Amino acid sequence: MADDFLLRVSGLVAGYAAPVAGPLSFALHRGEILGLAGPNGAGKSTLLKALWGGVKVFEGQVEKAPDLQISHQAQGFDDLRGVPLTGRELLGLTGASADGLPSWLAERLDRRLDRLSGGQLQFLRLWACLTAPADLILLDEPTNNLDRAGVAYLIDWLGHAHSGQGIVIVSHDHGLIDEVCTRVVEVGA
Amino acid sequence: MSFDLLFDPLFRVPFFTGLLLAGLLPLLGMYLRLRNEWLAALAFAQMASAGALLAMVFDWPMVAGGVLAALLAALLKGLAARAGANAYALMMLLAWAGGVLLVANHPLAEQAGHALFDGQLYFTGEGHLAAAALVCIVVLPLLAWLSRPLLLGRFFPAFYRARGRDERPRLMLFDLLAGLAVALATVSLGVMAAFALVFVPPLIAYRFGSSWRAGLVWSALIGMAGYTCAFVASLGFDQPFGPVCALLMVMLFVISSVKYNRM
Repeated sequence: MADDFLLRVSGLVAGYAAPVAGPLSFALHRGEILGLAGPNGAGKSTLLKALWGGVKVFEGQVEKAPDLQISHQAQGFDDLRGVPLTGRELLGLTGASADGLPSWLAERLDRRLDRLSGGQLQFLRLWACLTAPADLILLDEPTNNLDRAGVAYLIDWLGHAHSGQGIVIVSHDHGLIDEVCTRVVEVGA
Repeated sequence: MSFDLLFDPLFRVPFFTGLLLAGLLPLLGMYLRLRNEWLAALAFAQMASAGALLAMVFDWPMVAGGVLAALLAALLKGLAARAGANAYALMMLLAWAGGVLLVANHPLAEQAGHALFDGQLYFTGEGHLAAAALVCIVVLPLLAWLSRPLLLGRFFPAFYRARGRDERPRLMLFDLLAGLAVALATVSLGVMAAFALVFVPPLIAYRFGSSWRAGLVWSALIGMAGYTCAFVASLGFDQPFGPVCALLMVMLFVISSVKYNRM
């Protein structure tokens, strides 16, 4: 199990100008899908960012496996209207694979992003993070803006064994957390 | 109106100098637009014009003065990244004020100032052509290399940092390349013609490009076609190149907008 170690978090308190979230402690190994649950405003997204250094760590430690490659799917998305980028080009940016994409998206890969629906775009963006070369995948509210087909496909994909990777999910969607996570850690308000 | 001058060997060097830059500037403009930093091109151009004038007053080569000033602007832009458009506006004001004061107070600067502000392309010589060719040879492969980091910076801003890598040196390199190309274009084509070639072709290509690659091709072709028309028109009607180029570019955008809205 020691070789499968990806991340060890102990007493993590994080924030911006001042601490806003934590403390949080957990360890993550390859093959695990960890859910971070908690009420709105508990700082789950902030703690997720702290795992790769995206926000300031005030207390505690984040110990990473050597050469750990992290892929982070953040909430929200810049306004992409007008940028002439296709879905295939977007996947190419992160090194993600088009293999395994749902057919309703695979057949639209050569369209510009601003010709896709909001749900299709969100799924494509998610896919670009999910299948990018990485040891650890951090997902922040991945079902936001997804339609029902997208959520079902995501749950199915996460439900398959990903023994080489670890995944941390922040979501208000209890259905998703209950269905795919191998472990859940509560984050206090 | 006479188009005989078009076939005069005297105008070949200026024409090809501008043509090279008209193909390169829109490519840089595509990435500046991607980063919502197209206004930086105008700041670079203004700084380059002020630098060129200052160099001339001290009897240094204008190209060198323009390039150095634009590179300084690129460096300041990188260091003041958080200031964003405020930094560009401050640079523009500083460069404009400095340039106009030089023109007003130094007899030598007056003619050069008009050339820079009006865009008298026909004063460019073989040195400009060699510099433009060299800049294209340096910038194009580097831009191809920087394309992925620049696109990632827009679509997945945390991509490199999450992997423990710092993307800032690459972004800084892009700023320096943009500053270099815009500076050379400013001393060859004039301030507003250089800006028009950075700004308008990408504006059209963003609408019509079916992909990023297609958008790049569109922007370069629009830049070169628009430039060629402007060169012919300004020579044929004996008008300063800069305003003719800017007018043509705006007309191209208006015509393309009508077509786009009908699609």
